[in-house]
Amino acid sequence: MAVHPGVVSLRACVGGGPDALIVGVTASDTHRVIDAVWRIESARIIAGLARLVRDIGLAEELAQDALVAALEQWPESGVPDNPGAWLMAVAKRRAVDRIRRQERLERKLEEIGHGLESADPAPEFDAVLDALDTEPIEDDILRLVFTACHPVLSAQARAALTLRMLGGLTTEEIARAFLVPEPTVAQRIVRAKRTLAEAGVPFEVPEGPERAGRLASVLEVIYLIFNEGYAATGGTEWMRLDLCQEALRLGRILAGLAPQEAEVHGLVALMEIQASRARARVGPSGEPVQLLDQDRGLWDRLLIRRGFEALLRAEKLGGPPGPYVLQAAIAACHAQAPTAGETDWTRIAALYELLVRLTPSPVVELNRAVAVGMAYGPERGLRLVDALVSDAALKDYHLLPSVRGDLLARLGRLEEARAEFERAAALTRNAPERAVLLDRAAACAGG
Amino acid sequence: MRFLMMTTDDSSSAGSPPDERVAAEMGRFIEEMSKAGVLLATGGLDPLPTRIESSGGKITVTDGPYAEAKEVVVGFALIETRTKEEAIELSKRFWQIVGDGKGVIHQVFGPEDLAAGQ
Repeated sequence: MAVHPGVVSLRACVGGGPDALIVGVTASDTHRVIDAVWRIESARIIAGLARLVRDIGLAEELAQDALVAALEQWPESGVPDNPGAWLMAVAKRRAVDRIRRQERLERKLEEIGHGLESADPAPEFDAVLDALDTEPIEDDILRLVFTACHPVLSAQARAALTLRMLGGLTTEEIARAFLVPEPTVAQRIVRAKRTLAEAGVPFEVPEGPERAGRLASVLEVIYLIFNEGYAATGGTEWMRLDLCQEALRLGRILAGLAPQEAEVHGLVALMEIQASRARARVGPSGEPVQLLDQDRGLWDRLLIRRGFEALLRAEKLGGPPGPYVLQAAIAACHAQAPTAGETDWTRIAALYELLVRLTPSPVVELNRAVAVGMAYGPERGLRLVDALVSDAALKDYHLLPSVRGDLLARLGRLEEARAEFERAAALTRNAPERAVLLDRAAACAGG
Repeated sequence: MRFLMMTTDDSSSAGSPPDERVAAEMGRFIEEMSKAGVLLATGGLDPLPTRIESSGGKITVTDGPYAEAKEVVVGFALIETRTKEEAIELSKRFWQIVGDGKGVIHQVFGPEDLAAGQ
């Protein structure tokens, strides 16, 4: 059962008479506290329960039951001193009830079937219950991350499940963040839980050769959440930035849980550095500002420093750099340059070359072409771009003609450049970006 | 939203470096906040600050120790949360770890908050 605290809090506030109003105000304050507690505690509670019931879908339902109990009781009784322990205790009780009931049912069925007495409840269950009080929960949270991000699920389903189980977001909040109707997200989550149960996905951290692929699946989800917020295609800016922060938070948590994984630190570094530019990449009238045109004084130095630290941690772990470490290293090159003119394009071009080899894709190749054009002149950049023109994957990708137009303009081939900018303008779906491209086309015609 | 959480102390212990107990507490706190993914920066402060005052174009710098005991900030943590309630809940956790003491929580305004106030 999915319950949104806000709905209950509204209900709690509705009442008659002046007394009810006072109670209502207090109750809604309590609900805000419950929201906060839930966000801090839910992942731990769900993860702990999942160890007990070996099913993250069921664990989440039981945790939600505990949340409902809190919403019912705390406005009256006040928020307990240790709200997390309270929620965990209630959830555990529900879990035990549920399991005992299941066992009784199975025993009855067995008695009917065989006319035999069955054994006492499984002893390992009690052992797990005891262990929940003493063993650290961190390993369970890591198991939860890997299970919720299992590749048997689509990337969108993984993202929804991760935000729900690890971010403590409500279905409504997830729907708002992804600009889709709430029932769509609710269904996505229900189906994802069912898929995990049917596929018999174990509640564990994969080891051995499987681990790298599974970790990639986790990182992909976190970066997808980040980009959903970063490449704002709609919605209010506030919510989008919120999503970036959610991804950053998940990444930082993961870095704490799996500190020996260089790619986790690489992803965190990449997100910290990209997030540092949030204020600079939107102009006063909401238009996008390209990286090289940004006011670097608006970059968040604290996040840049954090990004560098994460990148250093990744590099210290050694081994050949993975795709996130490489992308973070490229982002760090930009962050390091005091002005756009001082960017180390030679290094960026070299990093892109490594990245292309690791994750061959026409989009990465296009980025490499830009870097090469900056480092070694537009002629060489254009040669790389021209090799991509026939690539079907980039057929409707507006950045291809946009980059090509830029290189042509720098070579003084203005008529061709104008045609490319116009083509790019026709392909982009982003209105402010289209205006920028049409301006460039006009500038070519005028020159 | 960013919040600056500060722990304060009267300056009775001024001049002495943080003892082992405080260091251990801070260590646990940092671990807890990092685990929650909300900690941006943290540090301990010399309880004996240098005071600086600008008045009518004249700037006065005073080093301690000072005659009167005053509350001073001895530690800080800059955290990023979605709501103020979350910052307060995290702060409660800190005091559960540390035990007796005092602190303050300030929201840190960014350029966007200042623009809204104009």
